[in-house]
Amino acid sequence: MSEALVFYFLAGLAIMASALVIGQRNPMYSVLLLIASFGALAGLYIQLDAPFVAVAQIIIYAGAIMVLFLFVVMLLNAPQEDAAGWDRSHPLRRPGMSRIGALLALLLVVQLAWAVLSMSGVEAPAGTGGDAVSSVRALGRTLFTDYVFAFEATSILILVAMIGAVMLARREGDEA
Amino acid sequence: MGLQAYLILAAVVFCIGLFGVITRRNTIGILLGIELMLNSVNINLVAFARYSGDVTGMVFTVFTICITVTEAALGLAIVILLFRVRRTVTADHLDLLKG
Repeated sequence: MSEALVFYFLAGLAIMASALVIGQRNPMYSVLLLIASFGALAGLYIQLDAPFVAVAQIIIYAGAIMVLFLFVVMLLNAPQEDAAGWDRSHPLRRPGMSRIGALLALLLVVQLAWAVLSMSGVEAPAGTGGDAVSSVRALGRTLFTDYVFAFEATSILILVAMIGAVMLARREGDEA
Repeated sequence: MGLQAYLILAAVVFCIGLFGVITRRNTIGILLGIELMLNSVNINLVAFARYSGDVTGMVFTVFTICITVTEAALGLAIVILLFRVRRTVTADHLDLLKG
């Protein structure tokens, strides 16, 4: 019972924070609310017996990516989105269109929920103890045996992204 | 809690992110929407891993997190570059490739 209460609390927190991320006009508040959303999701991962993913979520998302976002938001001093500056001649840019978009998004949620609920669900978690899933040892063993090629490819991907980011953000006149 | 509750939560978060990507006019807001969508995928992967007793889902979550890091780094580098060229981050004004 308490497990359900924790789930509803964290899920409600995550959904509220995510909706406010999109609703906010100030990008600074958006980033801070996204950190709250990620924290709630990390709590859900702990409830799903995935402590490693929860810790990685906190360290990488909230610690690294969001600090990067905050840094860029402050660096650019990005202004609030101006509602007056739109080109109103285009039919898709009228102010009321976002409400229709929200309605369509809600429709997509209802459709997906209907699809999920109509499948034959797995009610009880497999393996009541959950030790096979929750242990970091099993995760590491799978990562470095079955998926070692994908792991190495990911490291090359990150290296390429790092070099690409440096190349993109470099000033034109700099000595290479 | 059943598996379906987690799947519905992931669907809701995904749709919020998709709505944000389509409607936000700030380029950084669009990137935040993409982060939300990738996180909803993580919820699905972890929930399926837990309910099927297979650790593979969590391995893929690790890969998803890595790819999100590269996406954020490159996206923000492009945002900085665009701001340097055009002095704005509003997506409506970024029409450099418009013929």
